[in-house]
Amino acid sequence: MPQKNNEQMTQMNMIEAIRSAMDVKMSQDPDVLVFGEDVGYFGGVFRCTAGLQEKHGLHRCFDTPIAEGGIIGAAVGMGAYGLRPVVEIQFADYIYPAYDQICSEAARLRYRSNGEFTAPLTIRTPVGGGIHGGQTHSQSPEALFTHISGLKTIIPSNPYDAKGLLIKAIEDNDPVLFLEPKRLYNGPFSGDPHMPARNWSKHELGLVPEGHYTIDFEKARTHREGANLTILCYGTMVWVAEAAVEATGVDAEILDLRSLLPLDLDAIVKSVNKTGRCLILHEATRTSGFGAELIAEVQQHCFYALEKPIVRVTGWDTPYPHALEWEYFPGLERCSDAIVRIMED
Amino acid sequence: MANRKNTSNLHVPEPEFRPGDLPDYSSINLDKEQWPGKPDTLVDAFETESHATGLVRAMKLNGEVYGEWNPNLKPDVLIQGLRNMLLTRIVDKRMFAMQRQGKLSFYMKSIGEEAIAVATAMALRDSDMVFPTYRQQGILMTRGWPVLDLMNQCLSNKADKLEGKAIPICYSVREKGFYSISGNLGTQMIQAVGWAMACAYKGTDSIAAAFTGEGATAEGDFHYALNFASTYRAPVIINVVNNQWAISTFQGIAAGQSRSFASRGLGFGLASLRVDGNDFLAVYAAVKWAAERARKGGGATVIEHFTYRKEGHSTSDDPSAYRPKGEAEIWPFGDPIDRLKEHLIKLGEWSQERQDALIAELKAHVLETYKKAESMGTLATPTNINPATMFEQVFEEVPTHLRRQRQELGI
Repeated sequence: MPQKNNEQMTQMNMIEAIRSAMDVKMSQDPDVLVFGEDVGYFGGVFRCTAGLQEKHGLHRCFDTPIAEGGIIGAAVGMGAYGLRPVVEIQFADYIYPAYDQICSEAARLRYRSNGEFTAPLTIRTPVGGGIHGGQTHSQSPEALFTHISGLKTIIPSNPYDAKGLLIKAIEDNDPVLFLEPKRLYNGPFSGDPHMPARNWSKHELGLVPEGHYTIDFEKARTHREGANLTILCYGTMVWVAEAAVEATGVDAEILDLRSLLPLDLDAIVKSVNKTGRCLILHEATRTSGFGAELIAEVQQHCFYALEKPIVRVTGWDTPYPHALEWEYFPGLERCSDAIVRIMED
Repeated sequence: MANRKNTSNLHVPEPEFRPGDLPDYSSINLDKEQWPGKPDTLVDAFETESHATGLVRAMKLNGEVYGEWNPNLKPDVLIQGLRNMLLTRIVDKRMFAMQRQGKLSFYMKSIGEEAIAVATAMALRDSDMVFPTYRQQGILMTRGWPVLDLMNQCLSNKADKLEGKAIPICYSVREKGFYSISGNLGTQMIQAVGWAMACAYKGTDSIAAAFTGEGATAEGDFHYALNFASTYRAPVIINVVNNQWAISTFQGIAAGQSRSFASRGLGFGLASLRVDGNDFLAVYAAVKWAAERARKGGGATVIEHFTYRKEGHSTSDDPSAYRPKGEAEIWPFGDPIDRLKEHLIKLGEWSQERQDALIAELKAHVLETYKKAESMGTLATPTNINPATMFEQVFEEVPTHLRRQRQELGI
């Protein structure tokens, strides 16, 4: 981890790390302001903005009407003016009313004005399941956004990355969609709901600098080095992959992609060319999911190194069910089985 | 019409007149009506109800002033307004004709609606950002953007500052306070509110002015804009240009049972005015009123500009397919240029001869400018834009994947 030696470090969970990123930027830059549904006085339904209004003022952290398209549209106008809005969409499942403002406006403003107007906004939104949220609080819509030119899509898997990447997003001069795997807010998740819950309080990736630091986009993080299999994953699935590798004893390399667009293709190609096998994990539905894009790139660039067909383990092509959440979720068992299969000769 | 008969209880509104009908608006006599007076700029929004459903006017069809809204502009300001409107109309006609010759892919005229853009721009400060639709080119004429730049954009030639990235008429002119036009209707309204919120946040007294057609008021963005503008008391003017037609769809499809588009603002607690959009003086006065209200902290105003789209929606449209021919000529609100001309003549400041001379001067200027633009390329000539620019301005810097795609294209 590229931390400075004399930097004050604090153990944080992901909520605290995200809040700290906003707090640091609000303290540094008066053009940074935060708004969204319930984010003001109350501090957000997941508490990510708790205390920001009290510390920085009502005008810098405030509630909005329940109108996601309005939140993003207003942020585009503010961004064009020169502010740096950081907005929260309460659940990614609620982002669709804002799809036009994100895809046709925020992501296209720079291009259609040839750089005269830009929309340097950051859109934070919780994604993923595992919290009994059913189909309206569990979705992972990343592929709907990585398909859009002009938009960056970021998804951290731990507190340290979350803070560094969020500060980077706020400082970026282009719109950034910052997806927060809500199942990881309080701790890593093995993908098996019957295993004891873990938290970030003793985890090394929960040790976060208090001040300013950034993590570059387009840089995957090697979560685990390995020789015989490359696992491409992001968000919650990084931790499921870790548990599955432990369970199977396979010497796998786990790449936490972190930045889906721009994508660190070089790291992916290097790893798969080394291991000769590639497993892709994501929680989102399968068809036209981000895994399809990864498969296309891996087969194009690593075809002659591959010893087995690329495999993907994903959510099913159904809405996220409520009662059958763990049958839907690509959990420890399914991921472990896939690892065993791909390692067969 | 027999085969279009409605045989159910479902109400589907239709305009009064369709092709084949003889349009008749003789029951409308605007000059005999009493219209609302001019309230204090910080009046309670709910006291603008009669303004939202009535009509703000300052001159009769013959150019004679009446009522409380006359802005009492100096003759040279009025002549400048006339000139800006004429320039807009002459440029429109030139570009339309050139589209027919295949020199550009597409064009949209604002004929009959010039007063709305021109008077608004003259009533605002140049530093106030406007968020236009594709029918407010009059703002650019008023703010002095060179016509040559406009033509280069429409022709997507090598001098186009947008490097051919946008279709004709989707201008972006930050230096003239003119926000990048989106082809997706309605989206700019809430962005204008965001800009206005930023003005307030930064403590400036600048304001924003958004435009939409009446058709796109049905988009959610309009409601977001009114809601946010009201909640945060944003210094913004939401202009609804009601030109009666959204391509082929008459205004009643968006309006439903509402008495006016302006009245939608009242429900959000916003001051709301319906203005005779062909009355240059009334548009100027209404926008000035709303701008002062916004600058004083009174928040947003919704202004409906009541007008008529005299020509097709765009070069791709033929209005005779859905409305009667000749309706534009008998539309009982007159023509904005004729009315301001008559007003100036009544003031003793203008004459038909001067009008003719001005038109001739502007036509010559526009033709000469067009020739200059055409010499730098048109859609009909091979493109002289560097293909590498296609990959630029997607992001601030060209990322790796776009660099690879550019290499794939061989550049």
